[in-house]
Amino acid sequence: MAVLEIRDLHVSVETDQGTRQILRGVDLTICSGETHAIMGPNGSGKSTLAYTIAGHPRYTVDSGSITLDGADVLEMSVDERAKAGLFLAMQYPVEIPGVTVSNFLRTAKTAIEGTAPALRQWVGDVKTAMTNLKMDSSFTERNVNEGFSGGEKKRHEILQLELLKPQIAVLDETDSGLDVDALKIVSEGVNRAKENTGLGVLLITHYTRILRYIKPDFVHVFVAGKVAEQGGPELADRLEAEGYDRYVEATA
Amino acid sequence: MSSATTAPAQAGANKNLHGPGSTIHVQTRNERPASFNLSDFEPVTGREVDWKLTPVAALADLLDATIDGAELTIDSTSNGSASVSWVSMSNDAVGLAGVPEDRASSIAWSSTENALLIDVSADDVSEVSVNRSGLGLAPRAAHTVIRVAPFAKTTVVLTSEGQASLSENVEIIAGESSQVTVISLQEWASDSRHLATHFIRADKNASVTHTVVSLSGAIVRVNPQTRLAGEGSSVNMLGLYFADSGEHLEQQVFVNHEAAQTKSRVNYKGALQGQGARTVWIGDVLIGPHAVGTDSYEQNRNLVLTEGTRADSIPNLEIKTGDIAGAGHASATGRFDDEQLFYLQARGIDEATARQLVVRGFLNEIVQQIPVASIAQRIELALDRELEGIA
Ligand SMILES: Nc1ncnc2c1ncn2[C@@H]1O[C@H](COP(=O)(O)OP(=O)(O)O)[C@@H](O)[C@H]1O
Ligand SMILES: [Mg+2]
Repeated sequence: MAVLEIRDLHVSVETDQGTRQILRGVDLTICSGETHAIMGPNGSGKSTLAYTIAGHPRYTVDSGSITLDGADVLEMSVDERAKAGLFLAMQYPVEIPGVTVSNFLRTAKTAIEGTAPALRQWVGDVKTAMTNLKMDSSFTERNVNEGFSGGEKKRHEILQLELLKPQIAVLDETDSGLDVDALKIVSEGVNRAKENTGLGVLLITHYTRILRYIKPDFVHVFVAGKVAEQGGPELADRLEAEGYDRYVEATA
Repeated sequence: MSSATTAPAQAGANKNLHGPGSTIHVQTRNERPASFNLSDFEPVTGREVDWKLTPVAALADLLDATIDGAELTIDSTSNGSASVSWVSMSNDAVGLAGVPEDRASSIAWSSTENALLIDVSADDVSEVSVNRSGLGLAPRAAHTVIRVAPFAKTTVVLTSEGQASLSENVEIIAGESSQVTVISLQEWASDSRHLATHFIRADKNASVTHTVVSLSGAIVRVNPQTRLAGEGSSVNMLGLYFADSGEHLEQQVFVNHEAAQTKSRVNYKGALQGQGARTVWIGDVLIGPHAVGTDSYEQNRNLVLTEGTRADSIPNLEIKTGDIAGAGHASATGRFDDEQLFYLQARGIDEATARQLVVRGFLNEIVQQIPVASIAQRIELALDRELEGIA
């Protein structure tokens, strides 16, 4: 049972025009097995929250805290966070020329577990996970994200999620750019991870359509760098009907 | 990748594609002097187009007058029926592939007493390796001829290690329809200097793969030039270099499309790390007036791992016929991409391992094309050693 706690988080970024505040006091608690949807308009700071949890060096935490089971996440390096059980499925996965998916996955698994996985078992696990995500087996010999279509990139993120078995996963707009079929396949992957490992999910999205396949327990409306309202799944339905205008006008 | 070089490097990525019929004149490469007589070459000042990026002051003893041209002590192995022997410089195997075009090459040519001849007879399949080591720091000249008769298939691996101040010429004659692979691996001691010109001549339908791997040495300048002399001939010129602090690794690559329906690919990749690490790549492609149907592409990419390095990357393309299949070039010099590091680290991979993965991945494109497993392995081990220092 893992708990990720975010308290009064303030984050800024250096830009050409000077320091820019993005997150302005975020409070969130995510437990194993729970699915939290974070919904908000473009530019509200959702990706900033995701990157800050993962430890991207571009973002500066000005105040507040992030802890995982009480341990100070902000003190951890990026790889230490991953080893502690945090995972970020990126909105824009990065190409790594010359590094094959197979080599990448094995290196990551070895890093997370501390020892190299038993080869036969590992090859089987990768194969099963890929079949489930309807990925061709030739995929493992391609270079990480190089020449992948949008859908392939997102499947590859979820493949890693299923193989690395984190405790808490942040999914940053995993639904964007996916057609209905791909959206279902990717959602099934997330649901499998929830079922198999009791994964806690922070599901960042702009639209409600992914919530048809991944059922949230909590919905948080994110506006101007903080949570403007929270509730149960019914809040998503309301957003579907009314959009974000109400919140955006309130903060403008 | 973002740009990270000082002028006159090609900062950032630049890609040019020239379709059939286009003509650009960057530099007239074939107007350079070519002669077997040393007296035809002026003393090197360092202002010449082919020397201006080279530290000529540190090469004075190799650029002045004739030097010791006695036979080198070598280790060679050969299977198949290829013969490896020393022959006089007046042997008719010498001078078939090229004529010196710079003073270093000319000095080496006129200094050498006997040439090492690797002779592969027609229809033969063979593998030859020649290793030079422990040559010492006194200037030495050498000449090697790899002569491959028609329809033969051969792989020649030339390795170099230890101390040396070597100036040499290597001639490669790929006979009609032969398949020739030559790998030149430089893994010199840190105080060694090496100047080399490789002259490649590809006859009708011959196919040549030429690879230059320079991993260490104070100054290593290997200039391979290919004449696609026979119709339908092709060359794949590959290069990999890794410059550390205080190392100057240079390669001036030249492809001369003389005959029709010829094809060339040039792909050089380099990494630089440490104060004063220096690399130079100049890639000239000349598509001559008779080279109709030419298909040519050259590229150079450099990965800058630390501050204090400099990579020059200069592609030139000269087209003298309107009727070509395609010609293009690309050149890019970039820093380590922090987003790549973040992505790998976000999967639990520590920073040092992540950097190694990215650099090895970058250079892999070349390593994967090296057909001799033991050499590919040796390069990988050397890269691992180089990369241990970068975390
Ligand atoms: N690295 C950055 N440099 C400059 N501005 C940034 C950077 N990252 C985010 N921002 C700005 O912060 C705001 C929030 O961005 P982001 O977190 O990407 O929002 P969202 O994911 O909700 O669309 C935007 O106005 C964006 O332009
Ligand atoms: Mg975003």
